[in-house]
Amino acid sequence: MLNIRKEFPGIVANDNITLQLKKGEIHALLGENGAGKSTLMNVLFGLYQPEQGEIRVKGKKVNITNPNIANDLGIGMVHQHFMLVEPFTVTQNIVLGKEPKNKFGMIDIQKARKEIKELSDRYGLKVDPDAKISDISVGMQQRVEILKTLYRGAEVLIFDEPTAVLTPQEISELLDIMRSLVKEGKSIILITHKLKEIMEVCDRCTVIRKGKGIGTVNVSETNVNELASLMVGREVHFKTEKKEARPGKTVLKIDDLYVKDKRKVDIVKGLDLEVRAGEIVGIAGVDGNGQSELIEAITGLTKVSSGSIKLNDKEIANLSPRKITENGVGHIPQDRHKFGLVLDYSIGENIVLQTYYKKPYSKAKVLNYKEIFRKAQSIIDEYDVRTPSVYTKARALSGGNQQKAIIGREIDRSPDLLIAAQPTRGLDVGAIEFIHNKLVEERDKGRAVLLVSFELDEIMDVSDRIAVMFDGKIVAIVKPEDTNEQELGLLMAGSQVKAGEQSQ
Amino acid sequence: MTSNNKLFGILVPIISVLLGLIVGALIMLSSGNNPLEGYVALWNGAFGDAYTLGETIRRTTPLILTGLAVAFAFKTGLFNIGAEGQVIVGWITAVWVGLVIDAPMIIHLPLAILAGAIAGGLWGFLPGLLKAKLGVHEVIVTIMMNYIALYSTNEIIRSVLTDQQTTTDTIAETASLASPWLQSLTFYSRVHYGVFIALLAAVIMWFLVERTTYGYELKAVGFNRHASNYAGMNVGKNIILSMVIAGAFAGLAGAMEGLGTYGNMSVMSGFTNLGFDGIAVALLGGNNALGIVLAAILFGALKEGAGEMPTAAGVPTELVDIIIALIIFFVASSYIIRWAILRFKKEEK
Repeated sequence: MLNIRKEFPGIVANDNITLQLKKGEIHALLGENGAGKSTLMNVLFGLYQPEQGEIRVKGKKVNITNPNIANDLGIGMVHQHFMLVEPFTVTQNIVLGKEPKNKFGMIDIQKARKEIKELSDRYGLKVDPDAKISDISVGMQQRVEILKTLYRGAEVLIFDEPTAVLTPQEISELLDIMRSLVKEGKSIILITHKLKEIMEVCDRCTVIRKGKGIGTVNVSETNVNELASLMVGREVHFKTEKKEARPGKTVLKIDDLYVKDKRKVDIVKGLDLEVRAGEIVGIAGVDGNGQSELIEAITGLTKVSSGSIKLNDKEIANLSPRKITENGVGHIPQDRHKFGLVLDYSIGENIVLQTYYKKPYSKAKVLNYKEIFRKAQSIIDEYDVRTPSVYTKARALSGGNQQKAIIGREIDRSPDLLIAAQPTRGLDVGAIEFIHNKLVEERDKGRAVLLVSFELDEIMDVSDRIAVMFDGKIVAIVKPEDTNEQELGLLMAGSQVKAGEQSQ
Repeated sequence: MTSNNKLFGILVPIISVLLGLIVGALIMLSSGNNPLEGYVALWNGAFGDAYTLGETIRRTTPLILTGLAVAFAFKTGLFNIGAEGQVIVGWITAVWVGLVIDAPMIIHLPLAILAGAIAGGLWGFLPGLLKAKLGVHEVIVTIMMNYIALYSTNEIIRSVLTDQQTTTDTIAETASLASPWLQSLTFYSRVHYGVFIALLAAVIMWFLVERTTYGYELKAVGFNRHASNYAGMNVGKNIILSMVIAGAFAGLAGAMEGLGTYGNMSVMSGFTNLGFDGIAVALLGGNNALGIVLAAILFGALKEGAGEMPTAAGVPTELVDIIIALIIFFVASSYIIRWAILRFKKEEK
């Protein structure tokens, strides 16, 4: 019996959390962002030392002071951000740090290759040991990470938010892999805040909230709503409440748009799209099909090579970002750290990032900080941004609160067109609910909303129309009530077949 | 959190200076000198009488300006190694205007000062332009611009302003910053009105950076280029503007030397080091206007006081260079000091 037990009361990050993993189970670790999931796992993995409490493996007390000890104990981690050397092959990556040597002290790559092949076949991973990492898909790379832990003899595998980067098809394959791993006697800890996955694959679920262990429940005896309220500490609505959309005049009209990516290759290839006032159009698609470039083109961050973008019948293609903003476009950027915020500015200064040069925030080029911080305070109050003060640096806020500040800033300018690129990425259900409600609220005020997301749930839930983007074009426009994830997934993969055979 | 950072911002330079002096004392001890005598000589050399005080202020003046020049560019995330070259072109241009133009003081002096600032600004414009348009790294360009400034200035002095002489004529009275009033107060030291210009420049820098939309944009570009672009700021324009203003500050420093201290310019065998010292001043002053003024005073005093050390205490002047180097070393390794302070605090609890 494998039995990891860990308790450590005392410090705030992890307050008296008990997690018991049985052999052969998939155990979910559920919690909001910043709840302390990663801290807990880092303790288990030997990166942090607990102030109190103890870890037991197979009933025996152990002292894990560094990751190597964790490895020796059979604990392996599949990180959210892969730790792979791109130009190396799968085999080279897997043996890295634990290279098998032949009697001359040379690396015995053939032996390693054989072992890896065997492991891969046993668990149905279908990994080619000779492929280069840079040539294989993200889903495959993740399997290499799994193999890496198995190769090191892991009995307990920790998956840190493994589905965040995968397409729906890849997710279901990953869940199958997890099932076959436990069938072979491995045990899995799945860190996630996606409730659907927990319901689908896990046996038990431990919930932490604000560093405290809330408890462990049997997944078969619970449901999504209960898990969510355990995690957040209050009732959560998954289905965004919304009335029927009443689309008005066309706000955004894109015709035959071509945009080049950084390598000067066409990535948006003749795209047409219309967004009308009072509707939310969701763009579904696998990352890398031109969504980011489309948005950058609309907002003026990237040059348009040809085609037209009309906002309220006015051509805005290739205008400067400032002109486009002034024409009534709000943009919640995909990467809030890179684009959305100046992290070293206070939250107040960030609130006026696009309006600082206007009255009343400045007069004759001299800033009026009193007005700036007054405005910031009102947005912080209205959008429930939790920050010690408006003078706090944006860097110090949690992701959810940073995002709320950005959304407050963008919506407050009451733009005719609001572009939201992955507005809920990395956020927990509480913040997601809030953001979805805000988007719908804007729609009901008669604004046009363009939502880009890689999360099908989000697209299905919030959009009034779904535009599926593949290979730089909109390949289909469907209504959420007339479709399902399966069909969308196929469309996103470029398949024209309505409901046909599974690709791959 | 924020107040903690501010505390560090003040503590780190102070501790660095103290550590620099302590290690300097150890070096004096190890070479058989009395550190106390050495430091007394240093103090007297810098502040001992009205004359040395005047000379200390005179030395401090251009250091404030070059410190501002480095710090200002740094606010936009640019490393202006070119303050040196900007000083040189500012100097020669100011002297040139001081020599050839014939006008009443009320026109001539401001014109000469302005010419120095514009020349420095132009010297900053080029690296800024290359950075903004072509992404050429400003460190490389500014370093090369330093050499261009040095050698072309020498050639201008030799072939244009004089006939194969090594020093230009003295500028017209009407373009001089020299102040008989200040000189008489300080036993005829070379202190001049430039110090007020330098202090005014520090105030301008503070106001520009902290209170205007220009400063807001410049800092935003320095912190996060992508977000600035997203917010509709013209990133390239800000980079150029930042380098131009930085260059103008350094150009002013050159004008101070040309119009105030020396009243002429000589062929130089090497750099003035005013620009390079500006980097140290900016670093020690935490890129903040008030900090820069204080750091410049410290460096000015150390450099002026050093002259007294060999005669009064038998300590070679080079020791001051060692101390300055040590201070910079400790500021640069402020991480260690931060760590030590934190450690200390923790144990107190």
